[in-house]
Amino acid sequence: MAILIDETTRIIVQGFTGKIGSFHAQDMINYGSNVVGGITPGKGGQTHLGLPVFNTVKEAVRQVGAEASIVFVPPAFAADSIMEAADAGIKYCVAITDGIPTQDMMTVKNFLRRFPVEQRMILTGPNCAGTISPGRAMLGIMPGHIYMQGNVGIVGRSGTLGYEAADQMKRLNIGISTSVGIGGDPINGSSHRDILEKFEADPETKVVLMIGEIGGPQEVEAGIFAKEHMSKPVIAYIAGLTAPEGRRMGHAGAIISSAGESAAEKVALLKQLGVTICPTPAAMGETVAAVLARM
Amino acid sequence: MDIHEYQAKEILNGYGVKIAEGGMAYSPEGAVQRARDIGGHIWAVKAQIHSGARGKAGGIKICKTHDEVEAAAEALLGKRLVTHQTGPAGKVCGRLYVEAGTDIVKEMYFCFLVDRSSERIVMVGSAQGGMEIEELAENNPDAITKIYIEPAVGLQDYQAREMAFALGLDPELLSHAVKTIRGCYRALRELDASMLEINPLVVTRSNELVALDAKMGFDDNALFRQQKISELRDKTQEDPREMAAADRGLSYVGLDGDIGCMINGAGLAMATMDMIKLAGGEPANFLDVGGGASAERTEKAFRLVLADKNVKAMLVNIFAGINRCDWIAEGVVEAVKKIDMKIPLIVRLSGTNVEEGRRIIAESGLPIITAETLAEAAEKAVQARNEAVAKEAAQGA
Repeated sequence: MAILIDETTRIIVQGFTGKIGSFHAQDMINYGSNVVGGITPGKGGQTHLGLPVFNTVKEAVRQVGAEASIVFVPPAFAADSIMEAADAGIKYCVAITDGIPTQDMMTVKNFLRRFPVEQRMILTGPNCAGTISPGRAMLGIMPGHIYMQGNVGIVGRSGTLGYEAADQMKRLNIGISTSVGIGGDPINGSSHRDILEKFEADPETKVVLMIGEIGGPQEVEAGIFAKEHMSKPVIAYIAGLTAPEGRRMGHAGAIISSAGESAAEKVALLKQLGVTICPTPAAMGETVAAVLARM
Repeated sequence: MDIHEYQAKEILNGYGVKIAEGGMAYSPEGAVQRARDIGGHIWAVKAQIHSGARGKAGGIKICKTHDEVEAAAEALLGKRLVTHQTGPAGKVCGRLYVEAGTDIVKEMYFCFLVDRSSERIVMVGSAQGGMEIEELAENNPDAITKIYIEPAVGLQDYQAREMAFALGLDPELLSHAVKTIRGCYRALRELDASMLEINPLVVTRSNELVALDAKMGFDDNALFRQQKISELRDKTQEDPREMAAADRGLSYVGLDGDIGCMINGAGLAMATMDMIKLAGGEPANFLDVGGGASAERTEKAFRLVLADKNVKAMLVNIFAGINRCDWIAEGVVEAVKKIDMKIPLIVRLSGTNVEEGRRIIAESGLPIITAETLAEAAEKAVQARNEAVAKEAAQGA
């Protein structure tokens, strides 16, 4: 099962013929993802990496039945591409682009809310590494070989810290159902909570590891959801113990700007909500192993 | 990106917000000249630094004579002001804003900001001005009114009226208040500001609504389409190391510890710093070198970290995805040779081509300490730092 994507998901690449889009499209194809084409406005009708190029997302949906898309379009144009995908009937979109203006993301979120829930595109990112269902499909820029197939769901803001978690788990022979990067921006497509909901509904996922960081309310909101609506254990690590208040730590969203946004406060609140906390970032694998052993 | 009070006021004035008459000065003579130009018998001499709470730090002086203006300007120019927003290092005042004194009848708090929870712009106001909003939120949360703006239609007049009444404004000022609030909203939207704060917003004796202070912050991601705002950047108000890093496409934040860090990815960088702290050390910086860590970029990152003279040991932690460990190892070896590094270096590589990367480090003949896991890397970094400090102490004695 896994969530969001599997080997049958028909994928298109937005920003297909550019350098970055081409590189990662090839990487996804090599991994076994079912890439069926790509979009570059003005290059419709051409063939790239042996696949058809379309002018618009609507054409790709109509002609090759595209269901999921990945966006490599530059920041100034990315919001437009995401909305084009939503309007064309794409079911799931990953936005890799880093640097999209916050007000553009507000417009995107508002645009998505206009669709009835059952027709609304799911968006993850922007500023993320993408999503992988190991052994089945990769819709992202991660090194696929570090992920082992299994029963642990991962949701996290950071790319490389997610790799670290997958690597620690692989060393302990623990596999992953799906790993979802929700990105480091202040306003993103899906929240930690949204992804927990999907993992709860997925029969293959037994436990979920949530990798959060300083800034914003999402980790605690996810903790409340876990307490009230989840039967599966949730394990969390929150990065940024040493981050000073008011300083942006790389990610646009990683900034402590109000009460409850520091790592220590988030950890305290999550503990109260019954979430198992990884004591250190080096213990993500061990903590997951301990929880699995108790089941 | 932040801008100065006088810049924010000039912008808001262009959007129909009333401000007191004022002018810039870079010298005591200039300040007196500005006071003469403005006229009247009372002036505020205000230090222009990127921080709120300047009043408490002694950055705003009320003067009744030209001599007082001169003395105030002399005292403020070049002075390092420390507020709770600047951190202990404070910010140096290089510009003054001289403003006509305002006869205040009522002070209020007003701001617009992008709210992460609701993913909307929220308008916040309180009839109790002058205080920091954080204090107010803690002591008297009921005195704060929040109004969320529906993105599809934007701010409506009824919302501006609701805010005007919540601020306790006289009905006579209603249409002016609506104009002021709408002007602020337009400025926020059109200029990609992430926050706009007027604290205090005041009613004057002559029954006018005036922005006595103004603060604006802008979305860095949107600066590419806000050329005029980008030009307002005052580099003297920013950490020189962070500026240098940004110019090289690196993301750096200086901290108070002594273990330098170079990591790829913001989340892994924060986690590595956490690990250093848990192992008993203190990180000297946050540094995300990003995805494409070329040899040139690696060298720049090394120079940046080592420019901080507090650094006693340096930790490199790279989880290669698109990157390859062998490329990074080559970059590290090259950088160490070029820079002639004197302090211990701990390198942990993981991910794509890790064996090849480790082999390059091992065969370099350089005294690089290697680690396989995150925990081991942090422990070794703290140990190397402690040994370096002990050695220094022994040499000193």
